[in-house]
Amino acid sequence: MAKRIGIEVSLAIAEAVKLAQADVIAAYPITPQTHIVEHLAELVADGELDANYIPVESEHSAMSACLGSAAVGARTFTATAGQGLELMHEVLYIASGMRLPIVMAVANRALSPPINIWGDHSDAMAVRDTGWIQIFTENGQEVVDNILCAFRIAGDQRVLLPVMVHLDGFHLTHMIEPIYMPEQNEVDRFLPPHQYPMPLDPNRPVTMGGFSPPYIYTETKKAQVETLAAAKPVILECWQEFGRSFGRQYQPVESYHSQRARVLLLTMGSYSGTAMETIDKMRAEGQDVGLVRIRLWRPFPFLQLRQAVKDAEVMVVLDRAISFGGPGGPVASEVKSALYNEKKRPRVASIIGGLGGRDITIAGFEAIINRGVEIAEKGSEQEFEMFGVRE
Amino acid sequence: MAKTENVPWKKLKIGTIIDEPGSAVEYETGDWKSQRPLLEKAKCNKCGLCFIYCPEGCIRPDEEGYFIADLTFCKGCGICARECPKKAIMMAVEE
Repeated sequence: MAKRIGIEVSLAIAEAVKLAQADVIAAYPITPQTHIVEHLAELVADGELDANYIPVESEHSAMSACLGSAAVGARTFTATAGQGLELMHEVLYIASGMRLPIVMAVANRALSPPINIWGDHSDAMAVRDTGWIQIFTENGQEVVDNILCAFRIAGDQRVLLPVMVHLDGFHLTHMIEPIYMPEQNEVDRFLPPHQYPMPLDPNRPVTMGGFSPPYIYTETKKAQVETLAAAKPVILECWQEFGRSFGRQYQPVESYHSQRARVLLLTMGSYSGTAMETIDKMRAEGQDVGLVRIRLWRPFPFLQLRQAVKDAEVMVVLDRAISFGGPGGPVASEVKSALYNEKKRPRVASIIGGLGGRDITIAGFEAIINRGVEIAEKGSEQEFEMFGVRE
Repeated sequence: MAKTENVPWKKLKIGTIIDEPGSAVEYETGDWKSQRPLLEKAKCNKCGLCFIYCPEGCIRPDEEGYFIADLTFCKGCGICARECPKKAIMMAVEE
């Protein structure tokens, strides 16, 4: 039986990586991810985890070392945050394009300048087109569970793609939470041994990421598009299997009192907890509101999102990142494009808030919902609004 | 013509892995060049530096020991001409 223990979420992630029996960890420490890789280094140094820990000189090198490790068929983990994820940027494409099943925890952090170590989703949104699977989590338990799921999804022979598990910096990484840590034998039953079909091997040489002239490059990208799309049912299957094994169920789009609600708030990540309390309060006051949370950000769950919001009149999307010069927050933009061709669809209001770790309280969410409804019903001259900015 | 020219996307291996060593030889890079190396044998001392420097690996010694570029693969970069200590290689513009 799994024991429920009080543990800092970062440490719990490292313990989950140990349970998954990762072979190689290559990482560079950066706040707020540091405790994850520090604890992994400890586990390896103490002989509790039989893995190679590669302390590299930068995040670009961390991801590059992960490429090599995954390419020889080792179960590979890394973690980063904010600028670190940005420094990895070009290598992220290599990992997905070469179908290397790396698992990475991203302790979401704002991007500089000015320097800010606290949480928002700027880093995650900047890498949304890199071909990785991206899963957002709300609390420590969800992070641990989805780290285990990420290893299973990434290593599934139908997928073989890298997976990011997103957790909000500080709001999750530095919290001590009660978390059910599964037993080793339970994880072993859930997570098959890692296997890569065509690893780098001097006895059976292969070339990865070789030269692709115009006559073949489009075919390689088509294959990548189809593989990522085909990963979606495998992700759902993994979550179902996880639910059967551990009793906790995950969905690509999760709803909270959203059925037939007139107004829906949409959030991602740890702020969803406060959002749920807001919905409770507003519903108790007789308001017709609900909440929708996106857990699977890539591949984007178009069908499930359309299904979840089809009856609403207004959707208020909270983004914790900015698409500069663009139509609004990246999530709102995605939601709008997912709904544009639907015959019946809610009006979408785009609100940006919670940047650089700024809290949004229950009163704050209430104000966001009310303003969103106002924008949706009366219109706004702006494509999006930033919540809580002092004039 | 390279073997992958008409391959449909479903036939590609995982991550477009190439499992046949040396398959680059099927891609004839010679048609990239805008100039070709011409060896003046009278000046050549057969030192082989051009062979060593050639980034394409397309220079080989002939029966007499002169190092000659295979124009099917030579991209015309001119490194051999630049490095030749005897100035025995001239780059001629392709017509």
